[in-house]
Amino acid sequence: MISKENVKQVASLSRIHLKDEEIEFLAKDLEKILDYIKKLEKLDISSVEPTSHALPTKDVFREDVVKPSLSQKDALKITQNKEKGSFKVPKIIE
Amino acid sequence: MKEFETVIGLEVHLQLSTKTKIFCGCKNDFGYDPNTLTCPVCLGLPGSLPVFNKKVLTYGIKAGLALNCTISSTIKFDRKNYYYPDLPKAYQISQFDMPIAKDGYIMITKEDGNDKKIRIHRAHLEEDAGKLTHDTESSSSLVDYNRTGTPLLEIVTEPDMSSPQEAYDYLQALKLNLQYLDVSDCDMEKGSLRCDANISIREKGETKLGTKAELKNMNSFKAIKTALEYEVKRQQEVVESGSAVIQETRLWDENKNVTISMRSKEEAHDYRYFPEPDLVPFTVSKDTIDDIKKTLPELPAQKLERLSKEYDLSDYNAKIIVSDKSLALFFEECAKLYKDTKKICNWINGSILSELNNRKETISNLNLSSKNLVDLIKKVDGGILSNLIAKDVLGIMLDTGKNATSVVEEKGLAQVSDDSELEKIVDELIKENENVANQIKEGKESAIGFLVGQAMKKTKGKANPKKIGEIIKRTLS
Ligand SMILES: [Zn+2]
Repeated sequence: MISKENVKQVASLSRIHLKDEEIEFLAKDLEKILDYIKKLEKLDISSVEPTSHALPTKDVFREDVVKPSLSQKDALKITQNKEKGSFKVPKIIE
Repeated sequence: MKEFETVIGLEVHLQLSTKTKIFCGCKNDFGYDPNTLTCPVCLGLPGSLPVFNKKVLTYGIKAGLALNCTISSTIKFDRKNYYYPDLPKAYQISQFDMPIAKDGYIMITKEDGNDKKIRIHRAHLEEDAGKLTHDTESSSSLVDYNRTGTPLLEIVTEPDMSSPQEAYDYLQALKLNLQYLDVSDCDMEKGSLRCDANISIREKGETKLGTKAELKNMNSFKAIKTALEYEVKRQQEVVESGSAVIQETRLWDENKNVTISMRSKEEAHDYRYFPEPDLVPFTVSKDTIDDIKKTLPELPAQKLERLSKEYDLSDYNAKIIVSDKSLALFFEECAKLYKDTKKICNWINGSILSELNNRKETISNLNLSSKNLVDLIKKVDGGILSNLIAKDVLGIMLDTGKNATSVVEEKGLAQVSDDSELEKIVDELIKENENVANQIKEGKESAIGFLVGQAMKKTKGKANPKKIGEIIKRTLS
């Protein structure tokens, strides 16, 4: 049973703000998803290799060769909060 | 009173010194202006895709092999999800259940001289995060993303160390092996080697592990040892007072010499690991591993054994020589030019190491070729220089880069061995020190040393002390 508390916890881990009615709706929705997973758990998959990727490719490498980076000006174009060549964020205190 | 034992496990984050970052072509380097080494991949911009740097895999395998690990035949990457401003994608690409290497070990020598095996639980590849700076006055923090995507190898031990000293010795041994491999500069000051420690105590004889504290924020091996020593004491006091140690992260405060609880929120971390969909799996064939094995250099333990045998070195001398890869190289170059390896060791372990310390230099940056050192030693052998003067000559050689011959000529430092000149000096001394001379005449041999000392003083160390002694004996007998 997915409680509203569970949904709030997951939302806070994901930094998502939810309204009360959304919490209620999502609790039911997640419940349905978990029910479906329970169905899958009944299957015998002992002979199946775990799949981490659906693509049939592997070993895609690049060589250790330097490519030009963005200029500081271009890198900082994606934010309005900048100072001394850096991205400015609310103060982080550990 | 209860008797306690300490249990320590270490996690080392090692920056690999490839030319480029782990998943993009940005330069992997240090000391640039903030945010000048970034691109859409390491900034985590939409639409960009990571591509794995082959060299990082090679370096990781190298390190794994040197740590006696089993290298996995298939590796994959996973996302470790958490929110922090130094992590632009809000996840770190790491390895969860299929690390590149596991089940290894490294040997350390304990204080009692016995060897101890410290097991390596696993080593995995991941990307480094950016760097945050906190201005005390302003209400904001600044982020430099140059470091994001720097390749890291995280090396996790089993809880096998039973004292802060063993933890220190493990780190020294690990660093030495990694430096020989040339996969990282292992410089804690630059942050290319970082270490967190897990520590718990338990009553002697207890087999269950005690509750551990995780220590962070130590920025030298010495700080790690001191922090662990503090923590042993703290945990013992907690237990002896009847309380229980709580599981928490504690920060080392180098100024106050204490560990401080981070008092983080009770909310347990849930990193929600899942396979990184943007990177396909990688296979590591037996051939690949064998090829890399062939490129492994002689590692410290092997070098120690070989040098000890080949050059008949004492354990003490061999250990000092091997403690630095370039020093070992220098020693072997000298040994090719000069047979008496014990004399070479005495020079390296004495004057040269103290010059290195004084000058805060490494042997490769020092103004000294193996040939120049050997020539200097030969001058002592040939009686041209006394040991004492030779040390001064070495200092001048390092300052100027000149060889021993030119220094001796320019400064007129050659030892006086000429009989007639020395006899003159002895005559003068006998006149100046009649009492002592009489004592020697009466058979007091120990007084000869005094006169020899006076002769050295008179000649500013240039007189050949052996000859002076002989002449005094001859004259006064
Ligand atoms: Zn980049």
